[in-house]
This record gives sequence, C-alpha cells and structure tokens, in this order.
Amino acid sequence: MNRYIELKNHQREIYYFRLRLVLSLGFVGVMLFILLARFFYLQVIRYEYFHTLSDSNRIYVVPIVPNRGLLLDRNGVVMAQNYSGYTLEIAPAKVTDMDALIAELSRLVTITPKDIKRFKKLLTERQALETMPLRSQLSDEEVARVSAQRFRFPAVEVKARLFREYPFSDVTSHLIGYVGRINQKDIEQLEEDEIASNYMGSDYIGKTGVEQSYEKELHGTTGFEQVEVDAGGRAVRVLSRTAPQSGNNLMLTLDAKMQEVAEQAFGAYRGALVAIDPTNGEVLAFVSKPGYDPALFIDGIDTETWEELNGSLDTPLNNRALRGQYPPGSTIKPFMALAGLHYGTRAPARTISDPGYFMLPGSRHQYRDWKSGGHGSVDLYKSIVVSCDTYYYGLATEMGIDNMHSYLSRFGFGKKTGLDMDGETSGLLPSSEWKAKRYQQIWYPGDTVSAGIGQGYNLVTPLQLAFATATLANDGIAFKPHLVKEIRPARGEPVMAEARMMFDLQIDPAHLKLVKSAMEAVTKPGGTAVGAGYGVEYRMAGKTGTAQVIAMKQGEKYDVKKVSEYNRDHAWFIAFAPADKPRIALAVLAENGGHGGSTAAPIARKVLDYYLLGKVPKPLQAVAEKAGSESD
Amino acid sequence: MNARQLKNRFMLHLDPVLLAALGGFLFISMVLLYSASDGNWWRVLGQLGNIAVAFSAMWIVANMPLHWLMRIAVPMYVFGMLLLIAVALFGEISHGARRWLHIGVATIQPSELMKIAVPLMMAWYFEKNEATLKLRNYFVAVILLVMPVALIVRQPDLGTSILIAASGFYVLFLAGLSWRIMIGTALAGLASAPFLWSALHDYQRHRIEMLFDPSQDALGKGYHTIQGMIAVGSGGILGKGYMNGTQTHLDFLPERTTDFIFAVWSEEFGLIGNLLLLGLYVFVIGRGFIITANASTYFTRLMAGSITLTFFTYAFVNMGMVSGILPVVGVPLPLVSYGGTSLLTLMLGFGMLMSINTHKQLVKT
Repeated sequence: MNRYIELKNHQREIYYFRLRLVLSLGFVGVMLFILLARFFYLQVIRYEYFHTLSDSNRIYVVPIVPNRGLLLDRNGVVMAQNYSGYTLEIAPAKVTDMDALIAELSRLVTITPKDIKRFKKLLTERQALETMPLRSQLSDEEVARVSAQRFRFPAVEVKARLFREYPFSDVTSHLIGYVGRINQKDIEQLEEDEIASNYMGSDYIGKTGVEQSYEKELHGTTGFEQVEVDAGGRAVRVLSRTAPQSGNNLMLTLDAKMQEVAEQAFGAYRGALVAIDPTNGEVLAFVSKPGYDPALFIDGIDTETWEELNGSLDTPLNNRALRGQYPPGSTIKPFMALAGLHYGTRAPARTISDPGYFMLPGSRHQYRDWKSGGHGSVDLYKSIVVSCDTYYYGLATEMGIDNMHSYLSRFGFGKKTGLDMDGETSGLLPSSEWKAKRYQQIWYPGDTVSAGIGQGYNLVTPLQLAFATATLANDGIAFKPHLVKEIRPARGEPVMAEARMMFDLQIDPAHLKLVKSAMEAVTKPGGTAVGAGYGVEYRMAGKTGTAQVIAMKQGEKYDVKKVSEYNRDHAWFIAFAPADKPRIALAVLAENGGHGGSTAAPIARKVLDYYLLGKVPKPLQAVAEKAGSESD
Repeated sequence: MNARQLKNRFMLHLDPVLLAALGGFLFISMVLLYSASDGNWWRVLGQLGNIAVAFSAMWIVANMPLHWLMRIAVPMYVFGMLLLIAVALFGEISHGARRWLHIGVATIQPSELMKIAVPLMMAWYFEKNEATLKLRNYFVAVILLVMPVALIVRQPDLGTSILIAASGFYVLFLAGLSWRIMIGTALAGLASAPFLWSALHDYQRHRIEMLFDPSQDALGKGYHTIQGMIAVGSGGILGKGYMNGTQTHLDFLPERTTDFIFAVWSEEFGLIGNLLLLGLYVFVIGRGFIITANASTYFTRLMAGSITLTFFTYAFVNMGMVSGILPVVGVPLPLVSYGGTSLLTLMLGFGMLMSINTHKQLVKT
C-alpha cells in the first residue's frame, strides 16, 4: 500500500516534471522567435538603413583640389604660379579660448600681431566650419616643432597647401588681380551658379583682375577620393579616385617686360597706361599706378594694412586703367576732327583765325585757348598739331552736341569696351538727352563749347581712350580688346582666342589720312609732343591732352605753384605707331602730371620704343620731376 | 585492446549527436576567430588549445559515474564560495571590477566555477530531500543560490550573475517550485525594482539606459550597441562575405573575438548564417531536452534541465545584446567566443549531460 502510493507519487512527479520541461521548451521557443524577429527586423526590414550607416561609417569622400591654372605672358613668362607650403591652421569650432591657444602656439612658431589681426578678421568672414590659417609659409623647423606638440592641440593642424604667387607683384596687380579665401558671399554666388560642389576643398577663388574674370578656366575640376577609414578616422585604403583636372593655363596677350617698362616709365606719377594691338584687339600693356602687393590679400588682409591702402590719397586699390574716369581733354580732338569732316562742318582747308579765345554769338564770355594770344590762322591739320582750342570751340558749337554725341559714341566713348575683366566703367559721353534725364536741365550752348575740347561733362577711362585710338589707328575697324591670347588645357590642344571684329566705321580714307598725318606731326617740331618724338626711329603719331581737375574762374590764370598736388591737371597722351601701319596704340594718363606733352608722352615713347625696337630703358631711370612745363 | 575496442572505450560515454553539434560549433568558432582577429593564427591556435583542454575535461566528466557528481557537489560549492569570498577580500581589480584571484602562477575567475557548482549544489540538495520536499527546502535552495549571486553582483559582474541566477532558477522551476510563489516573487521583484535600480553600479545603469536609446551617446556608452546593430543590420540576408565585414575589419566593432563575435558572424554571413547558427543551438538544446526527459533520477533531471536551459540563456543573452534587445552585460557567445574559461565551463556541463545520458543506459542494460 505504502509502496504503491510512493510509486504513484513518483510517476506523478515525473509527469509534473515533464510538464514543466514542456513549458521550458515553450519559453525557449518564444525567446527564439523574438531573436528571429529581431534579426529579420535588422537584416531585412532595416537593411538599407544599416547598410548606409555602415558605409558612412567607413567611407569618407575627400575632395582633391585641382591645381590652379598658370598665367603666362605672350612670351611664356610666368605671371601667376603655384608653390606648395605649410600653413598652421586652427579649427575654430574646437576652440574654447582662442587667445590662450594663440598664446600657446606663439611659443612654437612666430606669430606676429598682424597674423592675429588677419586671422580674427577671417574668423568673422567665414562660417567656422573648417580650419582657418593663422600662419602660412611655415619653415621646416616650425612644422617639426608643431608636429611634435600636435597632441596638445586637437584644434590645430599643419596643412600642406598650394599657394598662389605673383612674381611681378605690384607691377601686374591691377591686371592679374589676386585670389583670396572664399568668403560667405563667394559661397552664395557659387551656389547660385550651381558650381559650389566643385569648390569643396578649395580655399581660394579669384577676387579681382584676370584671376576673377577667368576663374572658371583657372580653377579646374575638383577630384574626389573615396577613402575607407577605420573607427579612429585613419585612412585605410582608397576605394575609388576621380583625379582632379588642373585648371587651364592662360597665355595672356600682355608682355610682362613691357608692363615693367611702362611701370618704370611712370616714375613717381600715378596714372594708367593701356596699350592695344589695333589689328586684333590684344591688350599689350595694362598698367595702373600705383599698384599694391597682391600677396597681402591671398590669406586675408589685416585691418590695419587694409585701412592704410584704402585710405591712401594715392588710392592704390583703384584700377585706374579699367575704372578711372577722367575728362579726355585735348585727346578728343582727332576724333572731333573726324566728326567735323564727317558732317562737313569743317572742310580740311578751311581756316579760322584764332585770337586766343572764343565767344558764343551774343555773349561776352570768353572761352580761352590754352595759348594766350592764340595760334593765328588755323586749319584742321594745324588744329591737331598745335592743339588749338579755339578751333574746336567753334567746331563743336556748329556741329551741335547731339551730332557730336552720335559720332563719338561710334568710337566707343560712353560705353564699356567689353574687355574680359570685370568691373569696367563706361565713362560719360554727354548729350542733351542725357543732361535732361540726369539734371532735368536743358543743354546750354556753353556746355557744347567745353565739350568740344574734352572738358565739361566728358569722362573717359584710359582703356576706352586706348580702344578709340586703336580704332582710329586701324582705320575705323575695331577689334574687341582682350587679355587672353590662348587657353591651354593641362591636357589637349590649346585654344586660341580669336580676334573678334566689333565694327567698321567706314571712315573716308582721305579724312583718316589727314588726321593721322596731323597726329604724326604732333611728335615733330612744331607739335605739342615734340620732346617725346625727338630722335624717334619709327613713325610715331600721337595727341597730347590735359584734363582739368579744378575749374578756373573767369580771368584767373592757372598757376601750378598755387594748386595743391592732387588738384593739378591730369596729363594725357594717346599714340600709335608705326603711323603708316600701326602695330600698337595706347593711351597714357599721368594723374596731376600737368601737361601731356612733357609727362605723358615720354612714358608712351618708352613703351613704343620697347615694343617696336626692343629698347629697355635703364631700370628705375628717374622721370622728370613732378612739375609741368609750360607747353601743352 | 585493439583499435576498435579503444575507439569504443573512448566513445563509450560520449553522445555522438551532441558531439557532432559541438564539433560544428568549434569549427565555426575557429573560422570566425580567424576573421574577427584579422587573420591572426595565434588567436585560432589559442582557441584550439582551449578546445583541447575543455574537450578533455568534458571526456573525463562524461566518464564519471553519477554518484561521483553527487559526491563532488558540496565540496565544489563550498570551495567556490570560499574563493568568491577571497576575491571579495583580496581580488585583483581590472577594468573596474574585482573578479580575479591570483593563485601562484595563474589568475582564476571563481565566478565561472560557480556556473556549474551552484546548480549542482541545488540539484544535490533537492535529491537529498526528495522524499520530504517542503516549502522550507525551496527556501534553503534559494539561499544557496542568492549567496554566490550576491557576491558576484558585487564584483561587479552582471553577465555571470544573471547566468548563475538563471541556472539556479531553472533548478527551482524544474524541482516544482509552486506557481504562487513564483508569481508572488515576480510581483515583489517588480515592486522593488526602483530599489534594485539604485543598488546597481553606475556603469550597469548606463548600460541599461543605453539599451533603450543607444544613440544618446553614440561615441560613448552606446557605441558598443550601435556598432553591433550596424554590423548585424548591414549584413542583410546573405552577409558581406567571409573576411569582408567592414565593421569587423575596420575596427568599428568592439570586443570582436569575445562578446561581440556574433556581430562578426551576422555581418559576414547575414540572416542565412544567423538561421544556421540558431539551428545549431536549437539542435543542441533539443538534444539536451531529450536527455533531460529520459534522465533516471531527480538529481540528473534537474541537473540536465538546468544545463540545457542555461546554455540556451547564455546564447540568447549574447545574441540579444549584440542585436540590441538586451543591455550589454558581458556574456560571451557560448562555444564560439574566444576564451578558455567559459568554454571549459560549458564543456563540463556537456560532459555531465553525456554522463547522465550514458550512465543511465548502462544501469538499464
């Protein structure tokens, strides 16, 4: 009995045990199902998500900045190039106390107050997402010192970069311009142009000059490297590489040596010179004095230096050749002469008697000739040679302002020339319509009189005047002025910039012959630029000009000694040579230089001598003192 | 003895079915270690050495008669407890935990021994009191379980203490602990959860917090979980291919050869690989259940059931933590992760399973 019960209990126990075992089995099944569901969720449903995460975990896209194209002159002389160097850069986002960090770093490398100022200015300009250069061009020793202490400065990096260098510095500053660090405004522009991705990794962009206008050619195409990195961010291997495409090299139409010759010829004068090949529009020289050191701007200029440059009375940052607007003065006369001939206002042989002044009918106001007492009997030829004002007062008055406007605008006055450089100004060629619009005033006859000698409202840029001179020299056939002769891709055939004819004025050859011969006589005895034409070994044609900076009161005599330096007259000279078959045409402006014949013309002569004869003047030969002589 | 007899004698107490499955795991382990260690043969050879030791231990235990197992239960438990107390007093601190004990030349981790000793002790205790099982006996068994677990939690070693607690609970459950007590305790446990929470170490709390939102601190505390989940998820259905796991080979995955080796497997062999691995575990567990069901004594039933269920828990906790449904508690993937101690413990367990199976049969014939 007892034994029976025990046995039954035992079986019952086994039954209960197996029941619990089955329950355990069910528990195991549920748990397994949870695991399976989890695997299915991770590996099937969310596969894409985790796949992307795992790729972004390991793959970095690293942009490879292309080499910027070089700038060469027409003979292959390098005018802008790249060199590699090391910079000390800081990631501002990782820095809590910038001043303390800079103080620490200055124990390792030389950091000048200017560096710091420049760096702080940079910080305000661009979003602090990346690294900013504190010091560039570290020496090898400095690189080693910083690298050894690298662990102390998580926000500091030494980077190898390509830097832009301008061998001619201030001589070509207004022509070549400079590259500078990409700022917020540049980014916005790049985004608008939908080329921002091509600037991933780029630090610099062309800011002015050819560097700016040919940015798209020079920059090149950014390459990309897909790099697999480990958890520590170290590159393990390169998965794919799209090589960058170097920017195109540009061969400019300019002659670097001529640029230097012109620059030196100016001596201490401020001013501008533009020389153009009249047969194709190639710009041979493009000078604006004073220039500046473009290297100052590449990594951002410090405030102090900027203010010094910007506040200077000499305005070195002003591109006078492109943007400077001055009254053309007497250099307008050959064009006025052509207008007179064109409209038949003046026959070549018709003479006037010049008493030294001009009076409008019914007025007692005297418009004086530059030469008191006058030039006597003057015909069209002589009016150019001696630069007779009275002749043109009358011519302009008879022709009328609107005819004058109409004819002169054909030469491009009052319009941009379309040079391949950004920021050109258009000058001003007045008309009665313009005055009505601008001042709500009628055009007075007196306005026409002063307009006839290039004063009054008239304004031209040196580039415009050079272009008009080239058009005249080339018998009225104008070619678009341009700075780039050839685009040379790193690989592939160079592309020549073709001469593009803009217009043919179809000037009567007889008129041209007369005006040109008169301009040639300007540089000969009896002409206003006889000094500059002395001993010339080719046929040189030209015209002097003087642009008033301040108006003279009636009866007052201009006295150079009484007028402060910056209010003295500007000296102009336009020229082309050889006169019979012009290969070069130019316009020279010497600011506050006084008389065109004595200050501007010799500058032109040196440039012509160099271009046509290969003559190189002695370096830094002093040009005449900054004082005008008595002749114009 | 000729060769055939020798083979028969060798195989006498081994279970061919379990043996085949274990062989499969150990093969996977070596293949995977080679990849996880970036082709480091020393890791593979080291594990081969561990396998040799563990296999020998398994063979010895499998050949031990059942009453031997009964006989060593108490001394083993007492010895283990002494060692745990010693660890608490003189243990060596490493990685912020006091788990190791220097004895002469070697460093041992007594908590590993307790994975076997605790269920063995409890099963022995229930066997001893089988005839007169009272509620009081369950209470004593719980004390036998709580003492070592408390010491191990204090070390702190959450992973091991969970596994030991689980193995002890399985013994209690299979021994017939009444449902009322289990449910009552569970409710009490839930009620005291806030108190337990405050008793946890900071790093354990962080691990649990991270479970719910690992992205909170992706490069800090949640890093393990996130990288594990990325590895598993990016494996997809077919996997990235052997030796091609980017998470594995580019250092993103922490503890690749030990606790996170399952992520390596998942990444390189995908869902298909996971099914295969789960299948293998199910196979071993199924065999364990059969052995348990056929076990002849109360002691062997409890012991075999606990070993089988603990083995499953082991695997579940590891795969769960790697795939992000459980906190990272530091449990290796059984039979696959690198490491001699855990392998030895596991193989001792399988040795016992085999002994339970084969010695019963011998009794029958």
